[in-house]
Amino acid sequence: MTALLTVEAVSKRFRGLLAVDRVSFTVPQGAIFAIIGANGAGKTTLFNIIAGAMTPNGGTITFAGKPVDGLPPDAVCRRGIARTFQIVRPFPALSVEDNVTIGALLHRRDVGAARAHTHDLLRQLDLFDKRHRLASTLTLPDRKRLEVARALATGPQLLLLDEVMAGLRPTETDRMVAILRALNRETGLTILLIEHVMRAVMALASRVLVLDHGVAIAEGAPEAVVRDPAVVQSYLGAEVV
Amino acid sequence: MPFDVYLNVAVGGVLTGLVYGLMALGLSVIFGVVRVVNFAHGEMMTVAMYLAIVLFAWFHLDPLILLVPIAAVLFVFGYALQASLINPFITRPEHSQFLLLVALAIIIANTLLIIFGPDARAVQTAYAYDSFQIGPVIVDAAKVYAGAAAIIVTAALFAFFRLTLLGKAIRACADNHTGALVVGLDVRRLYALTFGLGAACVGAAGTMLVLITDATPMVGPGYTLLAFVIVITGGLGSMPGALFGGVLIGVTEAIAGLLFTPSAKSMFAFAILVLVLLFRPQGILGKRMA
Amino acid sequence: MIARLGADLSPRSAVPLVVLLAAFLLAPFFVNDYLLTVLILILYFAYAGQAWNIMMGFAGQLSLGHVIYVGLGAYVAATLFTRYGVGPWIGLLAAIPVAAACGAIIGYLAFRFGVAGVYFAILTIAFAEFARIGFDHLDFVNASSGLFLPVKQYAHNDLWLLRGAPTMFYYVILAATVFAFVLCRLLLHSRIGYFWLAIREDEQAARAAGIDTFRYKMYAVMVSAAVTSFAGVFYAFFYNNLFPEQVFGISRSIEIILGPIIGGVGTLFGPILGAFVLTGLAETLNALMGAFGIDLPGAKQVFYGVCLLLVVVALPDGVWPPLARRLGLIGEKK
Repeated sequence: MTALLTVEAVSKRFRGLLAVDRVSFTVPQGAIFAIIGANGAGKTTLFNIIAGAMTPNGGTITFAGKPVDGLPPDAVCRRGIARTFQIVRPFPALSVEDNVTIGALLHRRDVGAARAHTHDLLRQLDLFDKRHRLASTLTLPDRKRLEVARALATGPQLLLLDEVMAGLRPTETDRMVAILRALNRETGLTILLIEHVMRAVMALASRVLVLDHGVAIAEGAPEAVVRDPAVVQSYLGAEVV
Repeated sequence: MPFDVYLNVAVGGVLTGLVYGLMALGLSVIFGVVRVVNFAHGEMMTVAMYLAIVLFAWFHLDPLILLVPIAAVLFVFGYALQASLINPFITRPEHSQFLLLVALAIIIANTLLIIFGPDARAVQTAYAYDSFQIGPVIVDAAKVYAGAAAIIVTAALFAFFRLTLLGKAIRACADNHTGALVVGLDVRRLYALTFGLGAACVGAAGTMLVLITDATPMVGPGYTLLAFVIVITGGLGSMPGALFGGVLIGVTEAIAGLLFTPSAKSMFAFAILVLVLLFRPQGILGKRMA
Repeated sequence: MIARLGADLSPRSAVPLVVLLAAFLLAPFFVNDYLLTVLILILYFAYAGQAWNIMMGFAGQLSLGHVIYVGLGAYVAATLFTRYGVGPWIGLLAAIPVAAACGAIIGYLAFRFGVAGVYFAILTIAFAEFARIGFDHLDFVNASSGLFLPVKQYAHNDLWLLRGAPTMFYYVILAATVFAFVLCRLLLHSRIGYFWLAIREDEQAARAAGIDTFRYKMYAVMVSAAVTSFAGVFYAFFYNNLFPEQVFGISRSIEIILGPIIGGVGTLFGPILGAFVLTGLAETLNALMGAFGIDLPGAKQVFYGVCLLLVVVALPDGVWPPLARRLGLIGEKK
């Protein structure tokens, strides 16, 4: 297995608070890798560091063989890592189509070609019929899929999903899981996701990392991790097992 | 030029700067708490100046006495303005707020122009030409009184914000809007109160400024800009910063006016603004915004 | 919606557009000299407003000191003409890089150091004021005494030197406004235009989508500045006198932005409509006051202020979007 993303001893300190404490893990190419943990465990901070929105205080991040720590967010995206936001941020006054076209234009000069690619993605994500609606008029599940579409339009090798299932009902969660699984299977897209919705984690992830107070306390196959006593104690609670 | 001249000019600048500082304090309070860019700040000051001139002409009361009623009038004006017109704009994009206040500024300034005409007006007090001499320094009496009044008003304001419950409530709103709502503070009323206070500061500053300089209807924008320069230089959210910034700008302008042509003195204020915005955006005494 | 207004003009709007253009082309034959001057003023503000709109409406950067580019364009072209006899069109070739460079400086300082929003607006004002005071003391351009362009009685129109009857100026500014409109439409539909809209909507999300926001904001400022500089050149050769106090005055900056704001920031027709509404109503007011023998300096500005107030409060998107919807000029694509 080739490692697509290698995170090595990454730390992040906010004045007195050590939010991420020497976390290391590797995401193999083509895998779906989940990071779980209680709120405040440092998951989104870690994500922001990988995506370039924050710089780490220590450690290195290697993507496709090249270092990416310290790069600004737009450069990280151009390297091939795309992300979504925990609180969705579509471009509100623009249409669904325009939103995704902007992503598609990253690696395409021609607007027409970008729009064609956009249409393909919208069809995959079940948003084609709504392509002329303004992003601000969409429901939350639609906006989440829109953000995923926009991220995908930039042609990434690695997709970072920050709690993309939050706020979705079970049927919508299943829909999103199906879409992500299909993408992973058909295009080999590597996915790194932060999730609280265990239903989605168990259905999607081939590997799981658990964070607690900034420290990685367990890593492995989902079935093993959810039975790990430390994980149960810090996050899951006995009912899940 | 002999050192005496510089000293005199500098001291004069400090005193004028204190008045500027009070004006800027009003803006700092408004900007810092309500987070509205009061582009009509200078125009409110112009209104205060003209009120002082008119009331002085009618009642022959010294501007230092007129300070209180004029500040009160401006307080009511500011309160009403915030409660009625500005409040819905707090959640609107910045350029909307800006433009609302620009519109108000244009209306106020030109209404004053229609009423009073373009010629400069001033207040002639009995002590207009007096001066004090302390050692080698000779200072205009008017400036001394204005400066002293500015310090007193500023001290009163500091005391209000530090010591009274209402003042603390306002500071709470500034620090954390949502938190303030959660603990049950009537944020709308507090905002209106704050705007009123800021306007009152401007009212006091304007009343004092007529002792030092003339009033024309179009001086507004210049003072608005000056207030912003001072607030940004001194530090947003820092009340001592506004005062410090005022003095700094007052002295700089005075000395620059002496060394170069007087009409070019605002260039230095702008140069300082650009430098501060680039290298220390939180201002000299300010705290870094979250 | 703001973005789509220009893009999705339905075929129904083509006819009114042609009619409008024809009306503009034929106007000089039907109106008197005074009205012609009013029309020139309207088109001037439509042009300048359109240029400003590139920065604000497209890229979301609020410039309140835009007059600096007008002033630079005016002084560069005027100085080249009065001192070296260089015609305005060559002068324009010099004015454009000067204005663009100025924009680049302001943009670089602002964007590199994270000066945004209100602070950016204040920065632009500071630069404009700096220029005003600077030029007021610059003897090379006659400082505050003013720079005057030689005006001889014209026997015929000289397009090359822009000397001639108001009619000539009218067609020049009309052509410029049409050019600005077309340019904006092209930009809006291009890759750069999409990136600008993204930056305007949400700069962080735009960066997450791979857009180098610093670079594109710089482009916006520089393009806007360059386009605006022509307004300065036109101003210099139309009015034939330049005073730093007037040319760089802050009220001029505000006049430039009134049109697009009233008409509709970010739209293609907004600046034109806004300029029409504003100047048209103002001149009507002037005429009315003249008819009653009232002479109130400042009344026109009060009127502007009230218009601005009403629009900002009641029609935050400007006059054009609701109007266009009502007229059925924009519609949902199938």
